Amino acid sequence: MRNDRDLGLAGTVAGVGLALGGLAFGAFLTQRRKGGGDDAPFYTRKSPDSDDAVLGRTVTIRKPRAELYEFWHDFGNLPRFMENVETIRSEGDHRVWTIKAPGGRTVDVRTEVSEDTQNRRIAWRSVEGSDIETSGSVEFEDAPGQRGTRVSLVMSYDPPAGEVGRAIAKLFMREPEVQARHDLKRFKMLMETGEVATSARTKDQTRKAKQQENG
Amino acid sequence: MRALTWHGTHDVRVETVDDPEIINSRDAIIEITSTAICGSDLHLYDGAIPGVQPGDVLGHEFMGRVVETGKDSTLEKGQRVVVPFTISCGGCFHCKIQQYSACQNSNPAEKQDMSATLYGHPMAGLFGYSHLTGGYSGGQAEYVRVPFSDFGPIVVPDHLDDDQVLFLSDILPTGWMAAENAEIQPDDTVAVWGCGPVGLFAIQSAILMGASKVIAIDHYPNRLALAKQMGAEIIDFRKTSVREALMEMSGGIGVDAVIDAVGMEAHGFAIDNMIDIVKQKVGIGADRASVLKQALLAVRPGGRVSIPGVYGGMTDKFPTGALMEKGLQIRTGQTHVQRYTKDLLKKIEEGTVDTTFMISHRLPLEDAARGYKCFREEQDSWTKVVLKPGMKD
Repeated sequence: MRNDRDLGLAGTVAGVGLALGGLAFGAFLTQRRKGGGDDAPFYTRKSPDSDDAVLGRTVTIRKPRAELYEFWHDFGNLPRFMENVETIRSEGDHRVWTIKAPGGRTVDVRTEVSEDTQNRRIAWRSVEGSDIETSGSVEFEDAPGQRGTRVSLVMSYDPPAGEVGRAIAKLFMREPEVQARHDLKRFKMLMETGEVATSARTKDQTRKAKQQENG
Repeated sequence: MRALTWHGTHDVRVETVDDPEIINSRDAIIEITSTAICGSDLHLYDGAIPGVQPGDVLGHEFMGRVVETGKDSTLEKGQRVVVPFTISCGGCFHCKIQQYSACQNSNPAEKQDMSATLYGHPMAGLFGYSHLTGGYSGGQAEYVRVPFSDFGPIVVPDHLDDDQVLFLSDILPTGWMAAENAEIQPDDTVAVWGCGPVGLFAIQSAILMGASKVIAIDHYPNRLALAKQMGAEIIDFRKTSVREALMEMSGGIGVDAVIDAVGMEAHGFAIDNMIDIVKQKVGIGADRASVLKQALLAVRPGGRVSIPGVYGGMTDKFPTGALMEKGLQIRTGQTHVQRYTKDLLKKIEEGTVDTTFMISHRLPLEDAARGYKCFREEQDSWTKVVLKPGMKD
């Protein structure tokens, strides 16, 4: 759901891509599909068995499961490591993600939480009327020994129908994965070190680097 | 501030750039008092490392005084510190098992993709060593921003001169780890290729660890003389057949451990080395690995191979047969500096380890470009260059 009806096609394309990037973060598959006959996660299969675009990533974070779950459970925290998400606010049962778009614009994406199992899993999906159907989940699992917690983020989305939809999907098939990977690493940094690493020399350069990351 | 910046192959300049600022709460700003040019800086200078951008401030061996601290830094203004070249958070999986140069949190997320693609895993952040390792501004400058300043830097007492402790930042722990990786036993004969600063410290460390004989290989007379002064026997590879000599000098057994302190830009005239030089020139990241290949043939069956020399790409005609059939062990890696600084500082204070003998030149920062040129072109006499930002011409 965009809040700016004046966005042109370019804006729409970019906006949807950015929205996906943002959702990649929070996003999580609501239904696990069957694997490919081995023990690897389904999203690592060479030939996807679904028309949906699917991405998944796991990081190990040296913090207790409950602490990570609590941080993620407060959606307002997520923009601290999701570079392209400005804010996430609650509206009733919905979360509205305000995502940065090129040219200083923003787009809003509306989601609902579809599953919330304390200290284990949070899942969400877009609600009726969203430009794109998307669902995702973040799962927290004890890592062996003293390694902390394995955090897995999985997301899927249906590429929009039609010629334009296919073009959008093609353009952004990769981008959400890159964004999700970077955001997940920043989540790890924030949890383990209390800050997000930057190699900038000055505060001004930090801002420039962020603008670059957001396209 | 004034800083040494990279602009292309063999083009470095001292320029005025923006002063560093505190950005994260664990940061500190250090005013540099001494900063060295490292042999591995020459790989950047020669354009052999990908991911360096015009304007990047180089330098990863530096020390100075704390002038500013973030709210979570444990340093205090005025303290003298030596800063490890590896940027490590202290809290991730790798830092907790003391593999500091593999820190997962110091290379910014958006910079990790390039090394992850090249090496299968992202590298940690390093100061002044290309955007593969984060693109951090280095210490060949008047000031530097030091992230995770509560974890990496080591405070040094005022009674020790800069020249005595500066090399705790890289080459001293690197030479020490090279010897440690060679798992030296008391009766060992150890061969060290390259009598640059790391090779010399590896020789010193191997002797301290009890090797019965250390053999140093190079072709620069002055560097070989320094190796001899450290207690090594020497081989000049321009005059002597190295493999035959090593067999003879180890009683026909072969050397027990080998240390490649040369890395990707080895000198030599083997055919495959010449081909690799051409590949490096056209920018496809071929490592010239003639020393490593020679070391793998020279080491005895069941022996140990330690590689402190820097490699960044891939190499052809790697002797996998020698590796497997002889049952060799290889250990290598960027140095886990923070693992060694405390013990080595103690050894310096006790007088067990001396680091000043190899410094051949002390220059003001403004002369840094000349320092690079001479360090590269006159390797025999320019063994180690230390830049002093506060020094007058």
